[in-house]
Amino acid sequence: MNTEIIGIVTMFLLTLLLAIPLGRYMGKVYQGEKTWLDPILGPLDKLFFKLGGAKPDRDMTWQQHLLALLTINLVWFLFSMAILMTMGSLPLNPDGNPSMTADLAFNTTISFISNTNLQHYSGESGVSYLGQLVLMLFQFISAGIGMAACAVVFKAMKEKAGDKLGNFYNYFIKSCTRVLLPLSIVVAVLLLINGTPMTFKGKDQFISLQGDTVSVSRGPAAAMVAIKQLGTNGGGFFGVNSAHPLENPNYFTNIIENVSIILIPIALIFTMGFMLKKRRLAWMIFGVMTVGFLLLLVPSVYQEMKGSPAITRLGVTQQLGSMEGKEVRFGPAASAYWGITTTVTSNGSVNAMHDSFTALTGMFCMLGMMVNSFYGGVGVGFLNFYVYIIIAVFISGLMVGRTPEFLGKKIEAKEMKIATIIALLHTFLILAFTALSSHLYAHDPKTYAGWLNNPGYHGFSEMLYEYTSSSANNGSGFEGLGDAVPFWNITCGIVMLLGRYLPIIGPLAIAGILAKKKYVPESAGTLKTDTFTFGAMVFAVIAIVVALSFFPALALGPIAEYFSMK
Amino acid sequence: MVTIIFFCGIYTVLILGIAQAAPAKGNGVTVSVNGKVVGYALEGQSFTQDKYFYSRPSAAGYNGAGSAGSNKGPSNPDYLQQVKDRIDSFMVHNPGVKREQIPSELVTASGSGLDPDISPEAAKIQVKRIAVVRSITEDKIVALVDANTEKPLLGLLGTAKVNVLRLNIALDELKQHTAFSK
Amino acid sequence: MSKDKRNAKLFEGSQVRDALKQSFIKLNPRALVHNPVMFTVEIGTAIMLVVCIWVLLGEKSQGSFAYNLIIFLILFITVLFGNFAEAIAEARGKAQADSLRKTRQDTPAKKVFAVGGIFTDEIKIVPSSQLQKGDFFICETGDTIPMDGEIVEGIATIDESAITGESAPVIRESGGDKSSVTGGTKVLSDHIKVKVTTAPGESFLDKMIALVEGASRQKTPNEIALTILLAGFTIIFIIVCVTLKPFGDYANTPITIAAFISLFVCLIPTTIGGLLSAIGIAGMDRALRANVITKSGKAVETAGDIDTLLLDKTGTITIGNRKATNFWPGAGVDENAFVEACVLSSLADETPEGKSIIELAETKGFKKPVLQKDKVTFIEFTAETRSSGVNIGDTRIRKGAYDSIRNKVEKAGNSVSPEMYDRVKVVAANGGTPLVVSNNDVAIGVIELQDIIKPGIHDRFDRLRKMGVKTVMVTGDNPLTAKFIAEKAGVDDFIAEAKPEDKMNYIKKEQTGGKLVAMMGDGTNDAPALAQADVGVAMNSGTQAAKEAGNMVDLDNDPTKLIEIVEIGKQLLMTRGTLTTFSIANDVAKYFAIVPALFIASIPALQGLNIMQLHSPQSAILSAVIFNAIIIPLLIPLALRGVAYKPIGASALLRRNLLIYGLGGVIVPFIGIKLIDMLVSIWF
Repeated sequence: MNTEIIGIVTMFLLTLLLAIPLGRYMGKVYQGEKTWLDPILGPLDKLFFKLGGAKPDRDMTWQQHLLALLTINLVWFLFSMAILMTMGSLPLNPDGNPSMTADLAFNTTISFISNTNLQHYSGESGVSYLGQLVLMLFQFISAGIGMAACAVVFKAMKEKAGDKLGNFYNYFIKSCTRVLLPLSIVVAVLLLINGTPMTFKGKDQFISLQGDTVSVSRGPAAAMVAIKQLGTNGGGFFGVNSAHPLENPNYFTNIIENVSIILIPIALIFTMGFMLKKRRLAWMIFGVMTVGFLLLLVPSVYQEMKGSPAITRLGVTQQLGSMEGKEVRFGPAASAYWGITTTVTSNGSVNAMHDSFTALTGMFCMLGMMVNSFYGGVGVGFLNFYVYIIIAVFISGLMVGRTPEFLGKKIEAKEMKIATIIALLHTFLILAFTALSSHLYAHDPKTYAGWLNNPGYHGFSEMLYEYTSSSANNGSGFEGLGDAVPFWNITCGIVMLLGRYLPIIGPLAIAGILAKKKYVPESAGTLKTDTFTFGAMVFAVIAIVVALSFFPALALGPIAEYFSMK
Repeated sequence: MVTIIFFCGIYTVLILGIAQAAPAKGNGVTVSVNGKVVGYALEGQSFTQDKYFYSRPSAAGYNGAGSAGSNKGPSNPDYLQQVKDRIDSFMVHNPGVKREQIPSELVTASGSGLDPDISPEAAKIQVKRIAVVRSITEDKIVALVDANTEKPLLGLLGTAKVNVLRLNIALDELKQHTAFSK
Repeated sequence: MSKDKRNAKLFEGSQVRDALKQSFIKLNPRALVHNPVMFTVEIGTAIMLVVCIWVLLGEKSQGSFAYNLIIFLILFITVLFGNFAEAIAEARGKAQADSLRKTRQDTPAKKVFAVGGIFTDEIKIVPSSQLQKGDFFICETGDTIPMDGEIVEGIATIDESAITGESAPVIRESGGDKSSVTGGTKVLSDHIKVKVTTAPGESFLDKMIALVEGASRQKTPNEIALTILLAGFTIIFIIVCVTLKPFGDYANTPITIAAFISLFVCLIPTTIGGLLSAIGIAGMDRALRANVITKSGKAVETAGDIDTLLLDKTGTITIGNRKATNFWPGAGVDENAFVEACVLSSLADETPEGKSIIELAETKGFKKPVLQKDKVTFIEFTAETRSSGVNIGDTRIRKGAYDSIRNKVEKAGNSVSPEMYDRVKVVAANGGTPLVVSNNDVAIGVIELQDIIKPGIHDRFDRLRKMGVKTVMVTGDNPLTAKFIAEKAGVDDFIAEAKPEDKMNYIKKEQTGGKLVAMMGDGTNDAPALAQADVGVAMNSGTQAAKEAGNMVDLDNDPTKLIEIVEIGKQLLMTRGTLTTFSIANDVAKYFAIVPALFIASIPALQGLNIMQLHSPQSAILSAVIFNAIIIPLLIPLALRGVAYKPIGASALLRRNLLIYGLGGVIVPFIGIKLIDMLVSIWF
């Protein structure tokens, strides 16, 4: 078999192999059981709690959890705005990079606290080392918050949870210190060994073999690359992210980084199975997600390895496949694999330019973000999936003639209202804002000529992709889009903000409300949710909701491009 | 809660500390010829002269301080024209090479604009030109390409590739070597 | 009568005419706004009307007038179809209720005017409609009872066939649990005084009719949740269609208003939207057809969720009362002599058990002996002696429970033989009730009484178990007997030696465990339990208190009706669920019909999406809209009848319905739209 194919199969199996024990470990962390890291990190946690004045043993209701979550985020928002707008004159800026404008700082701040990591700046020239470190801090925090919210929902899904859903600060700090920090250290060290820089020295200069004078950007990259992958942040140190040879030096680091992208999202499913003692349910969810993932992955890999039909027409051989925007050391298969993993998980880091993917691969990337829960971002991916489960439970409950219930709790009008709004929101944000930008562009193409790097259907795809990525808190882009202007900074900022917090608030509220309901024991008439049939139902709900919402838009973008090139 | 600032501090310092034990102390591994730094091992550089193996086209002009891909969509007519021009230019510089033999990565821009590698096929297609320019037998150059070809990881995973910088340094050394032995 | 009702035709001429008229009346937007899906279709129809006029005035960009007019007409018909579905369901329910109401047309009532004091009350004949709650009236042989009420004096045999369809007359008397009479039934004998318990227009039947007619119909919780989901889908498609305009602008693709509206109407779940209220009404209607009056739609829905079913043993699980099945003479006692003693002891015993002893003896060839009245003294059963019997001359025959007879026997210095004691134990262990007979204080044998379990009841419980419903038998028997019958009948649990409060406690216990409980009852002392149960079905023959407390009334007084009610509830939910799935699954094919049609003119490459090879953009859009409209009336029969419930377990059921209505919902419109397109393509 082709070594490229073996490469990606290995990556997936390796991920699974690591995810199961990690999931179990995280389950122990969230349930407050002893783990082997306690002796080392216990004192650190205590220090945090003491300095922060939080009482980790105090149980909170879901409303209190929400309040804690939003408070943390607001504080960090202000802090980040201040740093990014003044960093030009702050220390740790050897290259003399400038401060950000208000709209760019707004976009960047929201982008990082919302776990999106959409970057309308370029790492080498747009931000100082201090700025990079602050952004890296958010990569921990935003991931930790997503995981904490997810842990609250897990807790609420337990049989007799009632109002006692644990302590948010406890989940949050533990997510950071017990999961993200140790894993980041391991990944960072592996990257260091393979040549990723970690230095506070500025740019270097040399004269190349051919005689050109070349300067090289460096910086404290290894630390940031590790957490950007693990926390499904995706914000790279350098402009081209993990396509950059210093950020992702070889095939081995590519495996490490790519495994890191989907490791925690997958592990969290098993964490749920472990915490709820419902392993079959965990496998059902994993199965549905994996089927969805493969349905996006397989055709993408096929398309990229087959090459671009337009290039084929020019007569050259595409023995590797479509190579525009890709690196030889990864090849098309690993690039497509990365492209799909990074979009299904809301990571958004890239090792190839998505704008230059073949038309259908670009569409599958968008679909991954439109679904946003085939694994999904750390914590939030499961929350999105939870909303789909609620809808699927509702419809299938009716289909078997019983008031729908999930894990022994009845689903009623209030929960359906929240679930429906959340399911609507994603569609609304993406389509409404793409419509706005299309409208502006269509009626005044000259003024907005700088927006689109590509004409026609592909240009439309660039806009659609940008808002899809923002709403899904992904952060990758069809980077040809000229997005470092106030219009895109502000609109994307708004989309990211809404696309982040409402989908956390919604599932948290549903789970909180359900937790307080009376537990209905299972009977032979209860619809089991851990079966193949129910899995198929969830999949059908996801597929139909997404397909129905986005089909016309995709038809005008990548689908039209695909058929026109055929 | 503001104490989490320590977080990025402690973690950064920790990784920075470990970096001191890593290759080149985390400053990036350089490649030197005759004691002079001619490049970073991991980053590609521009080779457009006929005496060297070409590296891939770059949307960033191999500027190590500003990486970039072309971000051209697959159906963009300007882009396709550009690729066509590159093919034509390649054929002018490499007489005798048939159009259908040209690997596409030699006429398409990489993702980072700093791609250090080309495929072995892309190297071999250039052997004839270099042999003529440098007046070395093709066999020797082919042997050189083979020697500088990196197999897939563990022989199983990923792509085979040739680091253009190292291949060209070796090419220069080959010439000095032959000059010396004469 | 009840049999005819069940087999009534789905569509009857007069009902259809009535429903057609209603379909137009329901076009009133104020009435339609409660159904968001159909309401938006109506708005779309109005817009198309404007477009038609606009085109008629000379607008060129919107396509031909004929095309726009046809779209308008089809949309208009779509709304009508939706209204028709609701109207026909209402008409059927109303017809059903009307046939019941006919029984209570104005009848003369003999109203009692209390004069007070020592004077006798005055009786005047007034029309029944003038009777108020709290009034008294009198009924004598041959009278039709004018109003629902409770007997305060007297006893009567009553023919209730007008309501229940059951021809055998029933006995109603004051006091106790059989004191309730229903308006429209007929007194066959005797004389009763009745207190009116309901105000005119407020009887259960009146309430039910109001429910069906929609005046007081409230949406059930599930219906509300489903409406929210459907509204959500509608909003999604509003977004999809509105944003398509700038997308089209960008791609230089003009899209006609007709195409927009068509796309929108096809995508929103009109099928389920049009049928939703019809399904709910049909559920109540089906209950009515089963002779059950429901006080709210919610009760029917809740019935589908029932986890635990409390059933009285007598009448539900077993046929009436216990029957004598065997005579076991003691050792050395002549069988004939023993049977004769048994018969003699039971001659004056009017209980069903006593009668059954004589019946059993008759099957063995005994005749009722003729006795000389002066010699015979019958001894009635008393709580003290717990035995009954007869004294003939100096022969004292007694029969009673083992303990009481043993006491008697031992007091006289005799003893019950061990063999006879063994017999008593064997009978009890087999679920029977042993009665011991003594002659002059010598135990002479045992009569075995057995409960007769209704044929087929075991299968019904199996079916319930597969539905996930736990059955609990309530009986006054001792635990041993109860256990035997419970096992034999196949119920899951039993409450033995049950007192009324035991039922209540059991229900509460189940409910704290999160379960929904249904029960059936008739007596006043059942009322608290009926009120406590999630679904309480009162028998029509029961007391007014019981009927007030429950949320359904069974006109047939048939305890097994609960099982039917549970199935009706499940059917109601399933019909909604499957049609929702079908409706949404339809969208896939409609997309493939309409989306290529929208863009193909300016983006020919999208021909690749036209996988159905539809003739032209116009024919494609027309076909999709036509399919969308006609699927509603095609599914009306399904909505009215309900999706068949099969007790095969929830997962299997989901798989089955997902295949039929989910996958079917994807495939059917592909075929349907293609066929319609072949027809439409002749003109467009």
